[in-house]
Amino acid sequence: MSAVSWLRNAGVGIWDFVVGDDWRTAIGVVVAFGVAAAVAAAGIAAWWVMPIAVPLLLLASLWRVARDARDAQRRKKQGRAD
Amino acid sequence: MSGAEVGLALSVFLACTVEAVEALTIVLAVGSTRSWSSSLYGVGVATVVLAALVVALGPALTALPIGVLRLIVGGLLLVFGLQWLRKAILRAAGLRALHDEAAEYEQQRHAAEAIATDEKRVDAYSFLLSFKGVLLEGLEVVFIVLTFGANQHHVGIAAAAAGVAIGLVVLIGAAAKAPLTRVPENTLKFAVGVMLTSFGMFWGTEGTGAHWPGSDAALLVLVPAVALFALATVYALRRLLAAGAQRKREGETSEQVATERA
Repeated sequence: MSAVSWLRNAGVGIWDFVVGDDWRTAIGVVVAFGVAAAVAAAGIAAWWVMPIAVPLLLLASLWRVARDARDAQRRKKQGRAD
Repeated sequence: MSGAEVGLALSVFLACTVEAVEALTIVLAVGSTRSWSSSLYGVGVATVVLAALVVALGPALTALPIGVLRLIVGGLLLVFGLQWLRKAILRAAGLRALHDEAAEYEQQRHAAEAIATDEKRVDAYSFLLSFKGVLLEGLEVVFIVLTFGANQHHVGIAAAAAGVAIGLVVLIGAAAKAPLTRVPENTLKFAVGVMLTSFGMFWGTEGTGAHWPGSDAALLVLVPAVALFALATVYALRRLLAAGAQRKREGETSEQVATERA
């Protein structure tokens, strides 16, 4: 195995380990922390940011799974009809 | 032991039990079908690699300023926790197959049997599969122990909780020489998802410079709130699925009636 492919595999492995199969949630977490930090830096209480952001991120992630499953089912149905 | 320390020990214990059960399933399947000695070599080498990682990363983590550490660790725990929680909710709602250790064991066993046994003294397949299984599951254990431990300045408690969990799983697995199907793995994963998400929110928020009302006591509200929200989501998803199935049945019945009339 060449060094490049080894590095690429290692990178993919680390990405899978940390981020998993839903990168949007990871980005959402980073953005939510950014908002909390900005609010806190402005001298306003910021503890409420994450309790609002986390349920929204979880629901959005679940919705994406349900939508993908529904689309896959539709494609399967269409395939059968064709 | 304070409430926060009990929470730390419990979270690490539950998370490490899940990881240990998964690693043990792989080692048992490969060991019992191919070569115990090669599988155990794999376990040994993976353990050495993990120990080296702890030695290398442990001091580096504890040397970081507490605010930065909490933000990084909180973010990682939250991303991890949301992944676990999402999968656990999907499993509990019936949108994803439940994790079945017996099925996983059989799958690994058949895959191991299908590959010709190496005539050499060390069976490379058994060694590599056990090494990979223990290393990957072990990495999650190392990550949880170091992050939880460093954050609360109690790496010792976190390591002890992980040690007890792994020891217990290995002892029961060695006695049974079979996958631990009686461990309620899906329920444990749900609980771990709730814990990781709650602690991730708590530490990450502290890392941003914000402060929770009631300080550490906020966790006593946060953990049950996350658990209740996850349970409510499971309930809502089950209702939606049942309603969808009902609509589908009604649609099929009316289609059948229309066909019969035609």
